[in-house]
Amino acid sequence: MENIDFSLVDWSRAQFALTAMYHWLFVPLTLGLSFIIAFMETLYVRTGDPEWKRITKYWMTIFGINFAIGVATGIILEFEFGTNWSNYSWFVGDIFGAPLAIEGIMAFFLESTFIAVMFFGWNKVSKKFHLLSTWLVAFGSNLSALWILVANGWMQYPAGMKFNPDTARNEMVNFWEVLFSPVAINKFLHTISSGYVLASVFVIGIGAWYLLKNREIHFAKRSILVASVFGLITTAFVILTGDGSARNMAKYQPMKFAAMENLYVGQQNAPLVAIGILKTDELERSHKKQDFRFTIEIPNMLSYMAFLDPNAYVPGIKDLVHGNPEHHIISYQERGEKGKIAIQSLAAYKNARKAGNDTLAKAALASFEANYANFGYGYYAGRDVHELIPSVPTTFYSFRIMVGLGIHFGALFLVVFLLTMRNKIEKKRFILYTALWSIPLAYIASELGWVVAEAGRQPWVIQDILPTIAAVSQISSASVQLTFWMFFLLFTGLLIAEIRIMTTQIRKGPEPLSPDAKKITKDLNH
Amino acid sequence: MTEIFTYSLLQHYWWIIVSLLGAILVFLMFVQGGQTLIYTVGKTDVERTLLINLLGRKWEFTFTTLVTFGGAFFASFPLFYSTSFGGAYWVWILILFAFIVQAVSYEYRSKTGNFLGKRTYETFLLVNGILAPVLIGTAVATFFTGSQFSVNFMNITRLTGDKMPVISEWTGPAHGLEAALNLHNLLLGLTVFFLARVLALLYFMNRLNHAEMMERIKKQLLINAIPFVLFFLGFTFWTLLSSGYAMNPQTRVITMESFKYLHNLLEMPVVAILFVLGVALVLIGIIRPLTCFERCSTKGIWGAGIGTILTVFSLFLLAGFNNTAYYPSTSDLQSSLTIENSSSSPYTLMVMSFVSLLVPFVIAYIWVAWRSIDSKKIDLKELENESHVY
Repeated sequence: MENIDFSLVDWSRAQFALTAMYHWLFVPLTLGLSFIIAFMETLYVRTGDPEWKRITKYWMTIFGINFAIGVATGIILEFEFGTNWSNYSWFVGDIFGAPLAIEGIMAFFLESTFIAVMFFGWNKVSKKFHLLSTWLVAFGSNLSALWILVANGWMQYPAGMKFNPDTARNEMVNFWEVLFSPVAINKFLHTISSGYVLASVFVIGIGAWYLLKNREIHFAKRSILVASVFGLITTAFVILTGDGSARNMAKYQPMKFAAMENLYVGQQNAPLVAIGILKTDELERSHKKQDFRFTIEIPNMLSYMAFLDPNAYVPGIKDLVHGNPEHHIISYQERGEKGKIAIQSLAAYKNARKAGNDTLAKAALASFEANYANFGYGYYAGRDVHELIPSVPTTFYSFRIMVGLGIHFGALFLVVFLLTMRNKIEKKRFILYTALWSIPLAYIASELGWVVAEAGRQPWVIQDILPTIAAVSQISSASVQLTFWMFFLLFTGLLIAEIRIMTTQIRKGPEPLSPDAKKITKDLNH
Repeated sequence: MTEIFTYSLLQHYWWIIVSLLGAILVFLMFVQGGQTLIYTVGKTDVERTLLINLLGRKWEFTFTTLVTFGGAFFASFPLFYSTSFGGAYWVWILILFAFIVQAVSYEYRSKTGNFLGKRTYETFLLVNGILAPVLIGTAVATFFTGSQFSVNFMNITRLTGDKMPVISEWTGPAHGLEAALNLHNLLLGLTVFFLARVLALLYFMNRLNHAEMMERIKKQLLINAIPFVLFFLGFTFWTLLSSGYAMNPQTRVITMESFKYLHNLLEMPVVAILFVLGVALVLIGIIRPLTCFERCSTKGIWGAGIGTILTVFSLFLLAGFNNTAYYPSTSDLQSSLTIENSSSSPYTLMVMSFVSLLVPFVIAYIWVAWRSIDSKKIDLKELENESHVY
């Protein structure tokens, strides 16, 4: 392992995390707002009420500001697979590249073509064609999320592929297994529905601000109503798919699950720590064994959450690292040795092929195939196995804050919906302030979801098969450090610009209705 | 035997798709060309706003094509993706920077509270307009001139020693910047740059309704067409007269072959016809508006646009077909990438080929959508009535 430049690996990871987290500041709002806009425009087309058109156009402006910067950060993500993770691009490019290409052909063109009609077509195309374009933008943006999340899901749970020793890469053998892998589908649904929740919180929060300022009452209440209904429905999806995510994790990424729950010793009837504070003992932390200072637990819940059985056994960090024969878990040390055999057998296979020795090649291949499931562990053979444990506090706290905030949003949607229906919302200032301050909380929850998913699976780029240390490009660490700071400054500058433009637009409010349009609205709502 | 044949067919098919996307991308870089002309053609703020709005309705399309080109290249020839992007790091990073600043500039330029000010966003557009065509042109030129890298699949089994387990290693010290300092490469970079400006002028002629600016556009067309033609001829002759990287189809061994690209042109008559036709159409697209401005000015973009696509497409085919290494290595000849040794598996190529059947459908809806909003020329009056202005 003296050949690994850990500083390079860390800076490459930092750069990817930076880009991904910035990208994710903009995408969820786009995903959800596109549908909210489409609903609003549908109401306009159905009722003919110009007030709905005004509302639609206002949220479209907000969408446009946010969309541009989402696009800017998105392109970097795609190309960073190549620039910073070149081994990865070859090792799994045969599988991973296809969703990216399909994303471009199927989704991006749909999005970018109809977004032009959406923005510039108001006076040029029929009402119905415009509405169709708005819906197509919504589908297009969500379809792009599908493909990239399929790709991410595949990294968490590689399926539908076979390793080809001659090309030293994984090759796709079943596209449908890649597309419909339970992890991929669940990840897609959970991620997009969390985007819908964020967008709903955003629209309600801005609406609440107008009500607090006693401005645009009609506009604000209508926006809040649409968003709270959308938020309520999609919260149910978030809970359902979140539950699915946890079960997938317990099954396919048990270490991530154990770290997220700070479960050091596995047990049956494992309780769920609803609220907990970890001890910060340095010695313990180096072995990722962290006791609790304080907990509130729900008995049997963790076993039930993971395997739908309150008596089920949930393996802990210790069991996974040191092995547990009773539960057929082999230790990381053993997996490291097996992985090393796989790596060495691959080299032996290639050498034998080169030398034309078929018998030796066959034997080496058999040994390789028998140990391939542990290939990635081979890079850690002989090292401290605790390096293979993700950060416990990061995943533990991120998960709990995310879930806690999710519950808060669900409750907020319900309260806001009921109050709006009873026409009392503008009087409840505390609720309005809560709604406004929930906007940053929605972003925090959304980002933390990714922290759990990605920090929790360290050190794996491809679960069990390819660790970050074997996936990285060979560039000097200083170069990556420099580009990290370049991206950081640029993205931060653009984020400030985005927030300032957005707040200016919000303060300005929607365009006033013409007297004729006002009259139509009045007549329709009389 | 049939399997090998099918695999080869799929590899060729995907090289055609990638080439076509690359060709369309170069055509669509008229947006970048236009961004460098905003101050030359637009003398007042209103005029500049009009030009930016004209380009702003197409920028996303260029951007999407670039992303799809990258995605398709990754999916069909992943070894190129991992070798070039991970190796020529700085060139690609600079290209990416140029595109980040572009993506926000249209939307943020005229918005109040935009933090950096209108001029900064216009400068971003200028930076993108210069860097993107020059650097992409330079990068594509390395398909003919080569780069410094080595590829060894077995590097992934390095557990000890002093080298990382990295398959593709760049041996050039400047990580791609050296390509931009090579005169042969730079000729293509400058060709693309001036071509983008020429195409932008022709696009303005087609879409703009503004008498004073039209005069300036007409003047600029000749000023930009001359360097374009000179740089293009320089690059073409240099390439056709150079040695190229040939692959022996039996042994797969790469050797240097004198006049390889000229041979490719002569051995693939269809490509030669496409190339000549493309060049002719570009020239006609430029000359016609100069000679019969009143009647022909709107049509120039079609001739030059289609001509650009055909020319770039045939250049890509010259680089990749006829047993040629399309991404040659100058430091280790046998590491050179061919469409055969760098492609995805037959299964993946087949799956994506099914997806590629959607392309005509995509083109059809783009056509319908654009016709619906681009039915007449844009002028100041339209801009005044528009609710979404860049």
